Amino acid sequence: MLEKKVGKQTSRMQNPPSINAAASIVGPKEGKGPLADYFDQAVDDEFWGENSWEKAESKFMREVLAKVTAKASLAMDALDFVIAGDLLNQCIAASFGIRESNLPFFGIYGACSTIGEAMQLGAALIEGGFAFNVACLTSSHFCSAEKQFRFPLELGSQRPPTAQWTVTGSGGLILSLEGNGPYITRITTGKIVDMGIKDQNNMGAAMAPAAADTIYAHFEDTGLPPDYYDMVVTGDLGAVGKRILDDLLSSNGIRISRLLNDCGLMIYDMKQDVHSGGSGCGCAAVVFAGFLYDRLRKGKLNRILFVPTGALLSPTSVQQGESIPCIVHAVAIESSRGGNQ
Amino acid sequence: MQHVMTKDDYRKYVDKVSPDSKTLRNTLRAFFVGGLICVIGQFFMNSFRQMGFDQDVSSSLTSIVMIFLGVSLTAMNIYDDLGRFAGAGSIVPITGFANSVASPAIEYKSEGYVLGIGARMFLIAGPVLVYGISMSIIVGIIHYLIKH
Repeated sequence: MLEKKVGKQTSRMQNPPSINAAASIVGPKEGKGPLADYFDQAVDDEFWGENSWEKAESKFMREVLAKVTAKASLAMDALDFVIAGDLLNQCIAASFGIRESNLPFFGIYGACSTIGEAMQLGAALIEGGFAFNVACLTSSHFCSAEKQFRFPLELGSQRPPTAQWTVTGSGGLILSLEGNGPYITRITTGKIVDMGIKDQNNMGAAMAPAAADTIYAHFEDTGLPPDYYDMVVTGDLGAVGKRILDDLLSSNGIRISRLLNDCGLMIYDMKQDVHSGGSGCGCAAVVFAGFLYDRLRKGKLNRILFVPTGALLSPTSVQQGESIPCIVHAVAIESSRGGNQ
Repeated sequence: MQHVMTKDDYRKYVDKVSPDSKTLRNTLRAFFVGGLICVIGQFFMNSFRQMGFDQDVSSSLTSIVMIFLGVSLTAMNIYDDLGRFAGAGSIVPITGFANSVASPAIEYKSEGYVLGIGARMFLIAGPVLVYGISMSIIVGIIHYLIKH
C-alpha cells in the first residue's frame, strides 16, 4: 500500500519539504518588465561577458546556484543533489553550468515544465529520506533558444501573433527537509498529451490541453474544491493558451477563471512586443523564484498550484511534420505545513 | 470523467480562438518598405547609367551595392527590426537575400570558421539557391529545345 500516493497521478507529502530559498537572474528585457523588482539580478548584456550565448546561459545557471545556496545559508557541499535542466540540445546549459560544482547531479528535460519536474523529483527525494537539501534549477536564453529552434537572430523575419518570446534567465530553489516554508504539499505528475497541434508558433494551444489534463487530475485525485488555491499559475501558456485552458477547465466543471494566471503573461508588459507572452524553462522558474516565492513568504499568497507547462518538440520533429506532445506538472505550495484535508 | 475534445474539434476550436496576423497592415507595410528599397535600387541604377556604364554593368553594380547595404544593416543590428516591421517587403528584395546569408554567418561564428560560418552560412538561402538554379537549368533546356 502506497501511503503517499493519492489517486492516479498525485502524491501527498507526509512531511512536506520546505522551499528555503529562491534566486533568479534575468536578461535585459525581463529586467525592464513588470516583475523587475523581484529578481535578484538583471544583466544588461545577453552575452554576460562570455563569447557565446550557450556559455552565457551556463553562467546564468552557475551564478543562480551560488546565489540560492548562499541565500539558504548553506555551504555548497551541504547540497545532496542538484536537479537541473534547460532547452538546449543535450541540456548543456545545465551540465556545463554545474560542472565545477562537484555535486551529485541529475540532468532532466521537460521542456518549459522542467522546473516543475525538478521540484517534484526534489520533493520526492527529500520525502523519501534520500536527501536533506536539494537544489532545483532551470534556465533558458532567448538567443540560444532562437538559434536552436528557429532562425538566426539577425534574420529579418516576422512572427505570428500566437508566437511567444523565450525568457532569458535562470531560477533556482533550495528544497530542504527542515525549514519555515513555504512547503511543497502535493505533486501531480503530468501525462504526455498531444492534441495534434503542429504549429510551433502556437505553443500555447498545443500545451493547454495538457495543462487542463493535469489540473483536472489534481482536483480529481485530491478531492479538493477548485477554489482551494489562491492562485493556479501555469508556466508559459501565453494569452492564447490561457484562454483555451480556461475554456477546457470550464467544460469540465472547474470554473477558476479569476484564479488562473500565467507566468508568461506576468513577466512581460504586452507593450514589450512579445506577442502571446513569455516562454522557456526560465519563464516559470524566474517568476516563481522571484515573484511568487516572495508573495508566499510575505503571506500575500497562502496556497498556490504551480503548473509549469512544457512542449516536447524538437526542430527535427517539427521538420518531419510531427505534432507537438506536451507535458504539464502541478506542484502545490502552501505557506503552512498543516496540509489539512 | 474528463470531457476531452476530438483532435479534429480541437483544431477547429484553436483556429477560431487564435488571433490572425494583421494582413492588411502587414501588406501595406510590405508594399511601402519593399517599394522604398526598390526606389533606392533604382536610384543607384540611374546613377550608374549617368556615369556612363551600360545597362548590364549598371545592373551588376546596383546588385553589389544593395547586397552591401543589406549585409551592413544586418551587421549593425538594424535589418532584423526592419524585417519585423516590413515582413516580405524586406525579405523579397536582394537586400533580404543578403540578410539571410549574413545572419547565420554571424550567428554560427561561435562554432568556428569551417563548421560554423562555412557550413551554416547558406542555412536559409541554400534551398533558394538549389531550387532557383535547378529551375533556371530546366527552363534553359526548354528554351533551347523550343528554339532549335
